[in-house]
Amino acid sequence: MCTGRIDPQFVMKAFESGADGVLILGCHPGDCHYKEGNYKALRRFHLLKRMLKQFGIEEERFRLDWVSASEAEKFVEVINDMVKKVKALGPIKKNPPVPFSEEKASGDIKVEAHG
Amino acid sequence: MAKPKVAFYWCASCGGCEESIVDLAEDILKVVEAVEFVFWPVAMDFKVKDVEALLDGEIAVSFINGSIRTGEQEHMAKLLRRKSGLVVAYGACAHIGGIPGLANFFNHDSIFDYVYHKSPSVSNPGGVTPQLKTSVEQGELTLPEFYDTVYTLDQVIDVDYYLPGCAPPPDLIMKAVEAILSGNLPPKGTVLAPDKSLCDTCKRKTTKPDKAVIKEIRRVHEVLLDPERCFLDQGVICLGPATRDGCGERCINANMPCRGCFGPTSRVEDQGAKFLSALASIIDIDDEPEIEKIMNSIADPAGIFNFYSMPASMLRRKISV
Repeated sequence: MCTGRIDPQFVMKAFESGADGVLILGCHPGDCHYKEGNYKALRRFHLLKRMLKQFGIEEERFRLDWVSASEAEKFVEVINDMVKKVKALGPIKKNPPVPFSEEKASGDIKVEAHG
Repeated sequence: MAKPKVAFYWCASCGGCEESIVDLAEDILKVVEAVEFVFWPVAMDFKVKDVEALLDGEIAVSFINGSIRTGEQEHMAKLLRRKSGLVVAYGACAHIGGIPGLANFFNHDSIFDYVYHKSPSVSNPGGVTPQLKTSVEQGELTLPEFYDTVYTLDQVIDVDYYLPGCAPPPDLIMKAVEAILSGNLPPKGTVLAPDKSLCDTCKRKTTKPDKAVIKEIRRVHEVLLDPERCFLDQGVICLGPATRDGCGERCINANMPCRGCFGPTSRVEDQGAKFLSALASIIDIDDEPEIEKIMNSIADPAGIFNFYSMPASMLRRKISV
């Protein structure tokens, strides 16, 4: 899809679901079929990157880059670089499970806490 | 016929939700006439054992405000759940975590370290911190456990309905009470408020930007706010686009932007991310270094976009503090 359609909720969802990195690749600025889509993505990306950092997600885990359909070499390069960086960081460290005082089952809690 | 039994309880909250009941003014008499309060610690003398003595499901409805942050709050929420036919998450903190939920950027240790040791106003030469158990001459004293994470009520117990707001406005409270008393209830899980965005009914809507216009983001104290014009059009962050309507626009009418206490509409899963999206699309800058500059001018994006909704956000808390 157009990078301009990428709702920041999709990125949050990916991290929530256990992704260790999110890479968005789009058409170069100026090449957008809809003129503005990738600029919108660029603005969202820079703000979301800041917000994710506050959530404790390292900057290298979230990347936006421009790769057109004819840039096979760059595509390989960016993917390899991203994989290398995320591997070096390792899996996202989630907090250990919560020590709820009573029977957990009725609360249906599958959360983190105490660390 | 016996009056339906009602309980009103507070967890991690400020007391504003309790105050909102008093704000019902004369209408409170209608409520008192129609129901029997069996538990309302802030206003009436009931003990936990009075609740324990009730049959399971005997309370018709429990209104629980506040988020869940300690073992005691978790225990009380579970007890009231067992004793109640219906549970209503009352107010922003029970609904989406609220202001206490901002503590999810920290954890037990970092909060205790600051509050009991590092805060400039603290004098604690013995380095004392609260303990779960302390032995004294008279026996053992206990304190509830303070969790790393603040939870919404529905992350701890099953919730039937949500009454949003900080605090919920009188008209929505009365509508909810009437619906419960008459049994004329919407499907379980419904937020008892309109399901459209605040901007939809905002009287400043006509000046809301429909294309990129913002060149600079300013905080409320940095600008003399035009009382008629859309806050976003003035470069001031207002969570209206990502927030549910129904509050009566108390903040907007006082010339203050929305901070999102009603939570998102039913179509939005993450209020903060949704607002981020809306804000980024009306910033009128395409040059990358300039984009970075304006985004860096927002002091605390995660905190302001999730002002009330951090525990209800997809990630719920800061990953590893």
